[in-house]
Amino acid sequence: MTLPAISVRSLVKRFGTATVLQDIDLDVPEGKVSCLIGPSGSGKSTLLRCLAFLEEASEGMITVNGEALGFFENAKGERERLPAGQIRAVRAQIGMVFQQFNLWPHMTALGNVSEALKTVHKVPKAEAEERAMVQLAKVGLANRAGHYPSQLSGGQQQRVAIARALALSPKIMLFDEPTSALDPELTGEVLNVMRELAAEGMTMVVVSHEIGFAATVGHQISFLDQGRLLFTGAPSEIFAKPRHPRLEQFLDTYLDRGASMLA
Amino acid sequence: MIFDPNVILKHLPEIISGTGVTLALWIAGMLLGILIGFIVATLRRYGGRAVDLPLGFVVEVLRGTPFLIQIFLVYYGGPFVGLSLDPVPCGLLGLSVYAAAYYSEIFRAGYASVPHGHVEAGECLGLSRLQIIRRILLPEMALIVLPPSVNLAVILLKESAVLSIITVPELTTTVSAIGSQEYAFLEAIFLLAVIYWVIVEAAARLGRLAETRLSTFRFAAS
Repeated sequence: MTLPAISVRSLVKRFGTATVLQDIDLDVPEGKVSCLIGPSGSGKSTLLRCLAFLEEASEGMITVNGEALGFFENAKGERERLPAGQIRAVRAQIGMVFQQFNLWPHMTALGNVSEALKTVHKVPKAEAEERAMVQLAKVGLANRAGHYPSQLSGGQQQRVAIARALALSPKIMLFDEPTSALDPELTGEVLNVMRELAAEGMTMVVVSHEIGFAATVGHQISFLDQGRLLFTGAPSEIFAKPRHPRLEQFLDTYLDRGASMLA
Repeated sequence: MIFDPNVILKHLPEIISGTGVTLALWIAGMLLGILIGFIVATLRRYGGRAVDLPLGFVVEVLRGTPFLIQIFLVYYGGPFVGLSLDPVPCGLLGLSVYAAAYYSEIFRAGYASVPHGHVEAGECLGLSRLQIIRRILLPEMALIVLPPSVNLAVILLKESAVLSIITVPELTTTVSAIGSQEYAFLEAIFLLAVIYWVIVEAAARLGRLAETRLSTFRFAAS
């Protein structure tokens, strides 16, 4: 078996006195699409944000392609913070897509996608923009390069955000409810871009309420409830014969809403 | 009493010089205030409670006491703590610090106006804290901080008249002296009002121009 792209061990996340993630163990297989599902407040977004190091786990370890993210266990078995440069190097393998797109409103689509290439990687402007155009073309927005985010639809903005993350050639892409802020007509274009990405063999972790997407594109589904990872398995296991009563209950609400053909 | 414009013409060189001192102190005080205010707001944002609380206290004291009292304290109290300053540097120091307190609050609001997700997006892409400030936070807050900054600039210009009490040879000092010397108090006061108002009006127009330029340049209308 190959090394998992991301491996999470005994992760705990507390906000003050509230424990929002408890004893999470998860392996994200390389080149596959892993989906995190669960009810609101189950901790799936927090878990994803821990993987992006936007939240620092309170306990436990995360490794990305074998390298520790943020913290490592020293010789005495204590948890120790890694130097900032090392944290940045590991984070560079990861691209993040947010529910609210988080495009920078004062930059055009091209500016958003080429920004990190220019400022972080010191790529000359012309070359950075050329590489950014390749990514914009990939998400079908080459003809919108000069538009500001305010001039784009929600779906287009999210595709620009995906292009922005892809421009840095990450090994892993994290998606935090990428279609939740979009109306149903626009979710399709974003999910299509994600499907293409999955088909290319990108390692993806997707937090989503799009059970249909999870069932058809996901290779591994993890179900969280109340901060615990209750079940991880293949979509067929999860959706065809949900073994866990809580998962069954959760899926029922979706089946009720017309997703029964998935079962 | 008859309004006599000849008094003004007679003392034109002094009036021009006084206006020059006022403009110089105002612009220098404002620029230093913006610089220090920005640094204070940035330190308060990133420095943790140990930095935020004491700086916040200083800002509150500066905003909670009259500028007149602050200037008196620095000019007459300064020598007791080894800070003996001539009127002009003392005035500049006072004006800059006073401005910095208010500008720091404007920048604090500016920082708070940028959605945190925009910063997180930058972090995920590897931008350093400084790059995030320079490339994301400052440009995004520009439109938010511009109107209150222009407003503060106008207030500062008028507050600079207070510097006449420590004999800074600025506009109010100069024109008041002419008034006393020529027994032309009304002309002097009237002239002062006109000159301040003209500068304020020019500053406000400049501010509005900048605002329009910035909004069309930064966020193209959809």
